Order: sequence, then structure tokens, then C-alpha cells
Amino acid sequence: MTSSAPIPAAADPQSAPSSLSPDPRPETASPPPSQPPSLDEIFFAFAKISLSGFGGVLAWARRMMVEERKWMTPEQFNEVYALCSFLPGGNIVNFSIIFGGRLRGPLGALASLAGLLGPPLILILIIGAIYAHYGDLPGLRRALMGVASAAAGLMMATVAKMARPLFRDRAVVGPLIACATFVAISIMHWPLPYVLLVIIPVSVTYAWRHG
Amino acid sequence: MKDGSGTLLTLAVFFATMSLFAIGGANSAVPEMHRYAVSVQHWLTDPEFSETFALAQLTPGPNLIIVTLIGYHVAGVIGGLVTTLAMCGPTCVFAYFVGRTSDRFKGAAWHSALSRGLVPVTLGLLASSATVIATTSDYSRLALVITAGTAILAFFMRVHPLWAFAAAAALGFAGMV
Repeated sequence: MTSSAPIPAAADPQSAPSSLSPDPRPETASPPPSQPPSLDEIFFAFAKISLSGFGGVLAWARRMMVEERKWMTPEQFNEVYALCSFLPGGNIVNFSIIFGGRLRGPLGALASLAGLLGPPLILILIIGAIYAHYGDLPGLRRALMGVASAAAGLMMATVAKMARPLFRDRAVVGPLIACATFVAISIMHWPLPYVLLVIIPVSVTYAWRHG
Repeated sequence: MKDGSGTLLTLAVFFATMSLFAIGGANSAVPEMHRYAVSVQHWLTDPEFSETFALAQLTPGPNLIIVTLIGYHVAGVIGGLVTTLAMCGPTCVFAYFVGRTSDRFKGAAWHSALSRGLVPVTLGLLASSATVIATTSDYSRLALVITAGTAILAFFMRVHPLWAFAAAAALGFAGMV
């Protein structure tokens, strides 16, 4: 991995779209080929994306889809990304489903999903088995504690970056909703579904009224 | 691994339901996984949970792979597979149909209101995830220093997660604070 490798997106979801800076070329300059990629091409492309991405895969997905294979235009990528960012579930998993499904129907969706999830699934089961055997080693536990702490720090930085435009645009309600969500989940320890079933309608209604 | 099929069903129902509320990706659902797996079901201890999270971060691929590891911890390989399927199945079917029809509501006003309304909620969830991981990993001074240091570095400059993880793992391994 070179130093110019993009920061994986999920560690830093909000800065990802800006790091994937808009391609200046118009859409017509790089049209996707008329012949859609085959199922095994889709499978191996997503397997490669998956294995390249640490802590998040979105930046790698863009590199592969838009730059390397030219299966999508930058505009198409942004459209699917925007769609995925508010669908429930893993963003990149949803991305793979929408991409494969649009090109090749249900089988295409399955091919991209299998490529994306298959390799890390096997890896994590091996890692899990090793951890089950050696998880009690104090050195390993301390190293993993370090990694978890660093991951928490990365997430905090992401939160701080995401929060900046929020405080700029909607001075009161946005931050209030973010804080209410935090209190409900982190301090009250209320179950996620109940919290979201109340807070999302409130937040979306406000965004709708004050669009 | 108490009684096999009952545990598998519990895993499947919980993760399938939770996936529908995982807005902003799997990382937003970390506090919910912690609440259920540690506090309600006692499948894992606090340190085991943050170690599981760390292992998932070290594995290439989507972040939601953490659910596979939780399932594996609870009920072996079958548990891992069932949990992964439950986490992906419902949302994938949903995404498939939205993807096939989304041209119809492209640019609709509610589309934009929905995405803008979800941003602060996602923010609150991610902040909760960071808090859960930071407080379950350890209360040691070293852990706090690593968390704060990474947060400050990553806020002001681009930090590749792998470098941060490697440095933090080395610090953790070496330090006995």
C-alpha cells in the first residue's frame, strides 16, 4: 500500500466524498462500456475491492469501479453512494447489491455480494479461531486494546469532522438531535430501534420543513 | 453454545432486526451490538467485545464483518454464518429493490430531507460507538492516551488507519501502564 492510498472511507465516511473529488470530465467523456461485465468479473472485482480495504472499502470501490474498470461514471458512482448512505445496513454491502443488481439482476447482486463478503468472511473465521486459542495471551490482549483505542480515536475524529458543517448550517436543532441520540444510546442505554423510531421522524420532519 | 438452535434463532432474529436500524453503516450499530451481546445476553465480556471490534477493524473488507466474529464467538462457524446472513439478508433485499427503482424518486424533495435529517442522527450514533469502544477497551491511562492522540492526529491530518493501528498495537503491547 503506497502513501498515496486513499483513506478508507468507513473510518472517515464524511470526508470520503470530498477525497473522491469530482471528476472534471463530463459524463460523456467516459461512458461505461455497453457490454455489462460478466458475473465472474463482478465477483473478482468486489473480492479485490474487499481485500484492499482496511477499516472501510468505499474509496477502493470508487477506484475500481470508476478509474480502473470504468464500469461507472463518476456521476453514477456518486448517485449510488448517496443512495447507500441512507439505506439501512452496511453501506458498501448495499453498494455492491445495487451495482450488481442493476447490471445483471439478482445473480449480479449475488456475485458482487459473494465477492465482497466471501474473502473477509473466511479470513475473520480463521482469525476468530486463532483468537479463541490465543486470546488469553496478555501481550495480544494489550495489542488489541491499543487497536481498539486507536479505532475509537479515529471514529471521534470522524464525528468531529462531520459535526462542523452541522454547527454551521443549523445552529440549534441539528446538534440537539445529535446530542439527544448520543444521550439516549450512550447514557440511557435504550435499545436502538426505539430511539430511532422516535428521533428519525423528528429529525427528518424538521429537515423537510426547513429545507 | 448452550442449546444450539435456540441460540442460532436468537442470533438471527436480533441481527436481522438490528440491521434494519443500522443507518450510516455497521459502525453506527456498535452500541446496540454491545448492549445486547454484553449487557443483555452476556455472550461476551466488555474486554472481549472491544477485542472483537479490534479484530474486525484489522480484517480487510466491510466493517459489518464484526457481526460474523460475534456469531462465531457465540455459536462457532455456523453461528458466524447465520449472523452474517441475518445482518445482510433483509437489508440486501431492500437495497436491491430500491436500486432497481430509485431512478423514479431521484431528486425528490423527501429524498433530500431524508438524507439531511439522518446526518445528525448518524453523528450521535457514531459518537456513541466511539464512546462504547473507548470505555469498554480499558480504563488504563495508556488506552486514554492512544484514543485521544489518534483522535487529535486524525482530526488535523490524514492518518491511514493501518498506521494508526500498527502504532497503537505496538504501544499497547509494549506498555504496561
